[in-house]
Amino acid sequence: MAATGEPILEVRDLVKHFPLNQGIIMRKQIGAIKAVDGVSFDLRRGETLGIVGESGCGKSTLAKLLMALERPTSGSVKINGREIAQARGGELKRVRRNIQMVMQDPYTSLNPRMTVGDIIGEPYEIHQEVAPKGDRRRKVQELLEVVGLNPDHINRYPHQFSGGQRQRIGIARGLALQPEIIVCDEPVSALDVSIQAQVINLLERLQNEFDLAYIFIAHDLSVVRHISDRVGVMYLGKMVELGKDTEIYDRPAHPYTQALLSAVPVPDPDGRERRERIILQGDPPSPANPPSGCRFRTRCWKAQEICAEQEPLLQIRPGTAHASACHFAETHDVVHV
Amino acid sequence: MKKTSTSVLPAGGALGDEPLLAVDDLHVEFVTRQGVVKAVNGVSYSLNPGETLAVLGESGSGKSVTAQAIMGILDMPPARIPRGEVRFRGTDLLRLPEDARSQVRGQRVAMIFQDALSALNPVFTVGSQIGEMFRVHRGASRRDAEKKAVELMDRVRIPGARQRVHDYPHQFSGGMRQRIMIAMSIALDPEVLIADEPTTALDVTVQAQIMELLAELQRESNMGLILITHDLGVVADVADKIAVMYGGRIVENALVHDIYRAPAHPYTKGLLDSIPRVDQKGQELYAIKGMPPNLLAMPSGCAFHPRCPYRQDNCVTEAPPLYEIGPTRSSACHYWREVLDGSHG
Repeated sequence: MAATGEPILEVRDLVKHFPLNQGIIMRKQIGAIKAVDGVSFDLRRGETLGIVGESGCGKSTLAKLLMALERPTSGSVKINGREIAQARGGELKRVRRNIQMVMQDPYTSLNPRMTVGDIIGEPYEIHQEVAPKGDRRRKVQELLEVVGLNPDHINRYPHQFSGGQRQRIGIARGLALQPEIIVCDEPVSALDVSIQAQVINLLERLQNEFDLAYIFIAHDLSVVRHISDRVGVMYLGKMVELGKDTEIYDRPAHPYTQALLSAVPVPDPDGRERRERIILQGDPPSPANPPSGCRFRTRCWKAQEICAEQEPLLQIRPGTAHASACHFAETHDVVHV
Repeated sequence: MKKTSTSVLPAGGALGDEPLLAVDDLHVEFVTRQGVVKAVNGVSYSLNPGETLAVLGESGSGKSVTAQAIMGILDMPPARIPRGEVRFRGTDLLRLPEDARSQVRGQRVAMIFQDALSALNPVFTVGSQIGEMFRVHRGASRRDAEKKAVELMDRVRIPGARQRVHDYPHQFSGGMRQRIMIAMSIALDPEVLIADEPTTALDVTVQAQIMELLAELQRESNMGLILITHDLGVVADVADKIAVMYGGRIVENALVHDIYRAPAHPYTKGLLDSIPRVDQKGQELYAIKGMPPNLLAMPSGCAFHPRCPYRQDNCVTEAPPLYEIGPTRSSACHYWREVLDGSHG
């Protein structure tokens, strides 16, 4: 799906540090978890931006910041030119109507004591101007139909649905306010393999139908490739590479992206003995005390002195067509995911 | 081709006719308030030394229950095993008395679990948990056990093993905890290692480390590995042969190259077709319709028939046996020929 026109979401230098405190009576801050540390990107109407990275890289914190569920330490998030990061009260409520979320776990993100109708209709309680009271039931039934559920099941409870159906309920709730942006945080990873494709197809169909823009956060790189127009790779709170899906997957320039792609098992046993694989040593460092300079340097096979001294910026580098944050960026076709 | 309800892939020859481990017509049921749940319904597979068997299936397919039955760690009741055999080097483990069974469990057949954090005891150091294997099974002293624990932590490549042997599980990362689990499981040089979703909770780069470690340990000791997973990528990377499970039964048995080249069961074919591929970008993904079966209300006939594009009338009434369709292959589908032809085309 082609993205057009002005960005509807602009993120600039977004930073979120969670303070680490010590002491009970005399609380003092002894440090900070640098969960998101200077992330910038744009999202256009109808576009899907995939965000990949491993646990602890800050991708879920990023989602919360976009939704204004967390307040950033610094930086800005603009939706249609309106600042959401500093917004309060009625202003925040208005901006939030435009950005909704689909959560990872369909088992815990739906209230078991509410009927499906109440769950999907709850956004209308908060934004009463969208649907007048008498109209709500009909709207909810329409939404159920849109996501492929039986509209007659409006009075059922979440436990009466399977995992895949529950995720559809979560998607219907996200659509209720007709937002322009939906943040999907690992929307299929809790589902069975045979159900994942159904939900991905649904998300793509809804995008075409309603011209939605998605932030699609996932760790399954083949799913991200399928659905995304552009992909951002995160490592330890930083965006290390950002570009079109074909650029990231076919011509990755950052060593971390190359290692990540090469680690993905390919569902084809032919030629598995010859496959090139970059196996990273050790674990990612703690985000409370990230390495100086380039954060990936402690696990990088290209690291030199400059990497410890100077932080590489996310920019287009010689020989590559997209932005990467590595002093020694060099495209390298690793594997086809 | 002849019909048979139990198919065992041919043995590798190292042990004569008898494979290292053979599961034969295994049935496992759970007695619940809602009724009897038939979790495993006549599963058969076999494993030879040095071989990797992948058991592929979704939640509720019975893949983990089969493994727990092999290990003898099912809670009985509510579970019961009305029929079947689990032969280890020709001896049926299910008929052994408990004391003989516990000689096999952990020593000769070992298991690692998905969630290393909940499988490790949080109040003991990792060194004492690894060393416990030697104290219980070999009567080693505390000091010797600790020395062995350090050796094992080195073997699974935990950096600074000597210093970290006194650390507790929460002080390790997810990947390192899984290494500790692996260290415990290989402590007594088992001949069979069952790995139940060993990397599902881990990131891909850590997953690659763990799978490489398992492959190395397997090469060193020639143990047989049963890898239980739902990840078609991991299977393609490491397996020699595959058993695909659906609704408590094996629906397809094959060597790894055969199954990826041309699946012979509609479920396997559906799973492979629904993997997003590069050339399908922008198109709708193939999706298996419907949802996995409810074990309390299994569909009649073939359990897959409500979701199957190859369904004919007899699939609703007649459960297909596991047809032997080649020397190393079997498929539980009445129309396996059509599926196989469709896969080639």
